[in-house]
Amino acid sequence: MTRRINPFYVAGLVALVALPFVVKAVFPDAQRYYLHLAIQILLWAFVYTGWSLMGRFGLVSLGHAAFTGVGAYVTVLLWNFAGLSPLLGIPVAVLLAVVLSQVVGYPCFHQRIRGHYFALLTLALTEFVRLCIVGLRDYTGGSLGTQPKRYDGGLSLYAVQFEPDRTLAYFIALVIWVIGLIIWVRVDRSMNRYALDAASQDEEAAASVGINVTVAKLKVTAISAAMCAFGGAIYGQYQMYIGPDTVAGLTLSLNIVFAVIAGGIWVMLGPTLGAVLTQVLAETLRVGIQSSATLKAWFGSSALALDSLVYGVLLILFIIYMPKGILGTILEWWNRKPRR
Amino acid sequence: MSCQLDVFFLEAILNGLLFAGLLALLALGLNLIFGVIDVVWICYAELVMIGMYAVFEIHKKLGVPLVLTFVLAILLVAAAGVLLHWLVIRPVLDTPPINQLLVTGGVLFFLQAAATMAFGVEFQNLGVRMGSFPVGDMYFSMSRIVTFGVALVAMIALWQFLKRTYIGTAIRAISQDRQIMPLMGVDSRKAYLVTSAIGGGLAGLAACLMVLQYDIYPQIGLQFGPLVFMICVLGGLGNMVGGFVAAFIIAQFITIGGACFATEWGYAVAFLFFIIVMFIRPQGLFGDRT
Repeated sequence: MTRRINPFYVAGLVALVALPFVVKAVFPDAQRYYLHLAIQILLWAFVYTGWSLMGRFGLVSLGHAAFTGVGAYVTVLLWNFAGLSPLLGIPVAVLLAVVLSQVVGYPCFHQRIRGHYFALLTLALTEFVRLCIVGLRDYTGGSLGTQPKRYDGGLSLYAVQFEPDRTLAYFIALVIWVIGLIIWVRVDRSMNRYALDAASQDEEAAASVGINVTVAKLKVTAISAAMCAFGGAIYGQYQMYIGPDTVAGLTLSLNIVFAVIAGGIWVMLGPTLGAVLTQVLAETLRVGIQSSATLKAWFGSSALALDSLVYGVLLILFIIYMPKGILGTILEWWNRKPRR
Repeated sequence: MSCQLDVFFLEAILNGLLFAGLLALLALGLNLIFGVIDVVWICYAELVMIGMYAVFEIHKKLGVPLVLTFVLAILLVAAAGVLLHWLVIRPVLDTPPINQLLVTGGVLFFLQAAATMAFGVEFQNLGVRMGSFPVGDMYFSMSRIVTFGVALVAMIALWQFLKRTYIGTAIRAISQDRQIMPLMGVDSRKAYLVTSAIGGGLAGLAACLMVLQYDIYPQIGLQFGPLVFMICVLGGLGNMVGGFVAAFIIAQFITIGGACFATEWGYAVAFLFFIIVMFIRPQGLFGDRT
């Protein structure tokens, strides 16, 4: 079977591969900063895409910060205390997150827990993992967070550390992001997707035509949890710092949900657009505040909360006026236009 | 940090009992909102935080007497509840229920950030000391005892209101059948607004009691919010008596766990217990399966 490849995607990918070199040429002084921004966008886009795999079927989980937390912390703890290379540590962490997702997911789906109850139960999972991280402070550094031990100047395949070389980090993030999109497309074209679409409309009716709703949900939960754990682990390796608030906790869960809804929950590049939007928004506001004497004089350092303020208002407006998200709305409008 | 059955352990249990009063009060308002409007205010604890700042600002900065301050704070948070329903909840009432939960997640970000910008990140304390009450070798803080008493009174008052007044009866009827009641001549919009005002007022009341015990800071909602949701779900969302019992169970987990190990482990075990109970009784301990 040959599939026509959308020329837009090819052009986009070429542009993304060329991006670090363009940045180097145009902003030779600030290239590290711009690449850092791009890396963060790509890594979070991967995590958001992972979340959207469940979110699009009405499985709105506030528990994915638990998976990113498990991914990041297990990897770092195995490296710091058992000397296990993240090459093995990351698979172990991802596996643990998947097991956790199935242990929580099976009774959830079997008992038909959904809607509010599902969101609040997964929120409890997030809190549980965050509290365990804080409670194990002898190993995890508690609420201050911890760092993976530097190895070989911080640039090593064995230790999966690549922070000093931003161009390398960028390409690692790019590859991960593309893999995320491929997973999204595979899920989108699978039988499971139709089963879950049916189940999200009417679970009993779907079950009555022979769909094993529980198994279908568990599969997508496993993929989604694995992606979030992997994303969390790589993010920790890149940042060389993990804290209970940066890779776990309710605020992160809500951030994930916000970004995906703003970008568009039902379209492939929606979560990515959400990541671009949230990261660029946060950075612009941060830079804007730091360069504006008036704002600084008014609010001091608490002006840094301005991005959350804008997030909050935008989240409310998006859910009320644009539940399909920016990209979803644009694509709908585009497809409605008569084609020649 | 000992787990022996001595006087400290007994003190921990009794303190847990008093802590449960506060949790039960927090759960009461959220349960009312859920039971009647079928919406989860995920920003509920942030409303409490706003109330705490209101008490602090009005009492400390303007020098208004404490009792009057409490009344003003309760009214203010009640108004915030009405505003929340009017501006944010009403436009999404007919969309999938999860949207209503997420939209209040936006309010959570907003309120937290607004409080940070307006009041800073520092911990503030009202500085009202109520002393403690000795029983043998044990000491109980007066403010916790007062909180416990007020929580009981608030629950009885709410129950009487729902039972004896016309609008209360209408609210109970709506919580039983949302579709039919408008046909019976009940203005559901008005009932929702009254419910939101009462829910907000209860958050304000909780705020007044919490400033006596806790420092105020913009993130305090994150400390209590998840706990309160867990209690509501454990008791069966919308079931107020269930919420009360659940508050006692959870408070015991936290205080005994905190006395035996460390505070986080008390919380962690409580969340684990909650997750396990949900698998066995997804409708909550006292909820009806619908």
